[in-house]
Amino acid sequence: MHNLTIAELIRGLQSKEFSSVELTQHFLTRIAELDPSYNAVITVTADQALKAAAAADQRLAAGNAPALCGIPILHKDIFCTNGVRTSCGSKMLDNFVPPYNATVVENFEQAGAVVLGKTNMDEFAMGSSNETSFYGPVKNPWATDCVPGGSSGGSAAAVAARLAPGATATDTGGSIRQPAALCGITGLKPTYGRVSRWGMIAFASSLDQGGPMARTAEDCAIMLNCMASFDDKDSTCIERDVPDYSATIGNSIKGLRIGVPSEYFSKGLNPGTEQAVRAALAELEVQGAELVDISLPNTGLSVPAYYVIAPAEASANLSRFDGVKYGYRCEDPTDLQDLYTRTRAEGFGEEVQRRILIGTYCLSAGYYDAYYGKAQQVRQLIQQDFAKAFEKVDVIMGPTCPSPAFKFGSKGDDPVAMYLEDIYTIATNLAGLPGMSLPCGMVDDKPVGLQIIGNYFDEARMLNVAHEYQQATDWHRAAPEGLL
Amino acid sequence: MDSMSDWDTVIGLEVHVQLATQTKIFSGASTAFGAEPNTQACAIDLAMPGTLPVLNKQAVHYAVMFGLAIDAEIGKESAFERKNYFYPDLPKGYQTTQLEKPIVGRGNVEIELADGSTKNVRIHHAHLEEDAGKSLHEGNFRHGVSGIDLNRAGTPLIEIVSEPDMSSAEEAIAFAKKLHSIVTSIGICDGEMSQGSMRFDVNVSVKPRGSDTLGTRTETKNLNSFKFMEEAITKEVERQIDLIEDGGTVIQETRLYNGDTKVARSMRSKEEANDYRYFPCPDLLPVIVSDETIEELRRNLPELPDARRARFADQYSLSDYDAGVLSSDAAMAAYFETATKTSGNAKLAANWSMGELSARLNNEDLSIAKSPVSAEQLGGLIARIADNSISGKMAKEVFEGIWAGEGDADQIIEARGLKQVSDSGALEQLVADVLAANQAMVEDYINTDEAKRKKKLGGFMGQIMKASKGQANPQQVNQILAQKLNELL
Repeated sequence: MHNLTIAELIRGLQSKEFSSVELTQHFLTRIAELDPSYNAVITVTADQALKAAAAADQRLAAGNAPALCGIPILHKDIFCTNGVRTSCGSKMLDNFVPPYNATVVENFEQAGAVVLGKTNMDEFAMGSSNETSFYGPVKNPWATDCVPGGSSGGSAAAVAARLAPGATATDTGGSIRQPAALCGITGLKPTYGRVSRWGMIAFASSLDQGGPMARTAEDCAIMLNCMASFDDKDSTCIERDVPDYSATIGNSIKGLRIGVPSEYFSKGLNPGTEQAVRAALAELEVQGAELVDISLPNTGLSVPAYYVIAPAEASANLSRFDGVKYGYRCEDPTDLQDLYTRTRAEGFGEEVQRRILIGTYCLSAGYYDAYYGKAQQVRQLIQQDFAKAFEKVDVIMGPTCPSPAFKFGSKGDDPVAMYLEDIYTIATNLAGLPGMSLPCGMVDDKPVGLQIIGNYFDEARMLNVAHEYQQATDWHRAAPEGLL
Repeated sequence: MDSMSDWDTVIGLEVHVQLATQTKIFSGASTAFGAEPNTQACAIDLAMPGTLPVLNKQAVHYAVMFGLAIDAEIGKESAFERKNYFYPDLPKGYQTTQLEKPIVGRGNVEIELADGSTKNVRIHHAHLEEDAGKSLHEGNFRHGVSGIDLNRAGTPLIEIVSEPDMSSAEEAIAFAKKLHSIVTSIGICDGEMSQGSMRFDVNVSVKPRGSDTLGTRTETKNLNSFKFMEEAITKEVERQIDLIEDGGTVIQETRLYNGDTKVARSMRSKEEANDYRYFPCPDLLPVIVSDETIEELRRNLPELPDARRARFADQYSLSDYDAGVLSSDAAMAAYFETATKTSGNAKLAANWSMGELSARLNNEDLSIAKSPVSAEQLGGLIARIADNSISGKMAKEVFEGIWAGEGDADQIIEARGLKQVSDSGALEQLVADVLAANQAMVEDYINTDEAKRKKKLGGFMGQIMKASKGQANPQQVNQILAQKLNELL
């Protein structure tokens, strides 16, 4: 059952080939048996899952159940789950049990999906390797000495290892697309404002966006149908009808204009990765798409701009973790200053502290204009680059990240090398555009990701293109050894 | 020699006004005052992870109304920023406020001084922000422990920032009172100073008389009564002058004034001041106020104090002074108008509202909203005075009865048998009886020189009032008595 896609599982449940309880039990058993090798899941909610599965089976028997009814999924541990510990991968929230659901969690609950548990992640979503998690690193199912990517490394590894058919994730600078690429699965970061951020613990509020991870574009479409909604609890959520993303995935892509930015194929790109991506573009050309050379001249500025804006916002967003109201509090504080200092020094990991310091510095009196002000200007330039490109093309494609999964510790001493992992993904966050990654080849027995960047609210077209590619290829069907 | 007249005082105010919305500026929690600690703080107010702010539209409208009331530029696109600092009663670790793009721009407030002159105080801007919670320290809380009450956290505020246009405590108080009058008149604040609904930060500096160079200023924060504000300014001006005349220099610092102990102290100096690291709040969109909304709010703006004052003088034939006193406070103005309507007598309603009622409220430290005597009840009492049912002396007794909760004027008059006798037939009989029973006094009156007779009248009055148990209408008795005695001459 674990090799079936969500679309296939939905048909199986509806035709009573198996029940949701059987399906749920199957994945719970896989998590119990296999996850000790990957560390992808922080919290397993077996009892609640089985109860929800039984309820889903009743709804299915009664007919008229929503599409995702009875389908097991995992939530990234950044989404607040009512009554279930939500850690955000941090010691700071190791004891935090929210009394409310994130809107994304609520949407899946309404749809009857079954939550198996919460996935591991870089602490407060800050990282590209899942090495910053308080709960230890996640291992890449394709090569357990390699990272799964981050920050949604737990969700990506869990889907790749078939511990769940789909998982929720979030993307601030590439946190859905890069781990999807490194783990050989399909992931979509929607347009900023498409998915509610309510109950999604903030890293950088103007960049954060939740999205689905699954093995196919078709499954991502099914999940996005559930995740995307207008939510008046999130002022940055955009009030706009949610199309049926499943309805258009079978459309022909004849005549589709694909922009290929020269900046995404420059030095630093692994030759094997480039080859796989070029082959994918050629396949789409065969299907009738037209490749158009374009330029996104300010791409090189996106990483420095991002590493000002994101830490600046994070430095304020993480101020609430002060040991006063909830979460970690240091032992026996002597006074208020000591309470703050030790709680935050002991509760936050090194990377989180580094980014709080960077952000605090960038916003300081006398430095604001040179850093934060400048970065916002760069952000506008990047938006203009994309706006100009989308006058000529329908989608933009290139590699998701410069190379396949790297070994643990190989970039640990060099934060800047780690930050460059996101060089192809960050610009879309700065522009608020949707982006996705899907598997398109292998290098050194490790998956390569093809990135699709769409125009605002053009997720349906992106999913359609990805689906057509997956109809003609089978990279998305590949599984790590022993996991089929 | 210390001489105040050698120095100019320069004062600017920052005024925090709590807006009278039902719910908080970014959450649905109630803003009602006085609830059990932390019972009016929801997940958003507690800054629980993943929670997000949603702007209260009413708070925006109230801020715009204030801008319209002071004839200010309205920020059609204003924006919220985060002001970062750590404090336990600031749950998010930042205050959501406005800096670069406030909702209210430059405006003007005219104040009136005791000598009858007027002065314009310029408003630099007013911006929307959220209030913090309250820290309860030792003395107000358990021994050795500080408590946090987040009920107030997220209450909407406008912070009004004046230019340094005031040059004395008197002017500063007049300005503060005028702002109080404006915000209560347009209904955007309940004006309850003792509950912290309006709080004043006072910036004070001194400079040699006539100098163009401003001195170093200090800021005394969080004054919540006009009296404390006056004391704090007076003391600070004296302190600065003494300091400079003794060869010292004023340092820029934040100060606190304790109104109970009358002691001011330094809180922190500029060197210790926070770098608040303001930046635009990414969780909130820019606030757009359309021309239609502005025009609608302008059309529906309640009467402003200056307009009301002119109307009171005109409509009720009040003196300029009375009109000023009655119109400055919206609740007082409404009270007076209701009492006038109920009684049909504006002059008496004005006298009683400003006299007996205000004195009693002051004594018991009550606001007019909390008055035990309602405007309708006072109106009912005044009606009985106006129709001569009771004397002024009786009225005071009836007023006390209403205050004590014994009922309306008519009920008390009835219950205490206080009705004044104004029936002229009965009064004539009463006067005749008293004269008949006091022949000696009558003889004495007749034999007294005409010039001195008037003095003798009091004796008769006393007897007559005594005989009527105080219920005879004194004016009428006076007339009848004079007439009857005349007839005997």
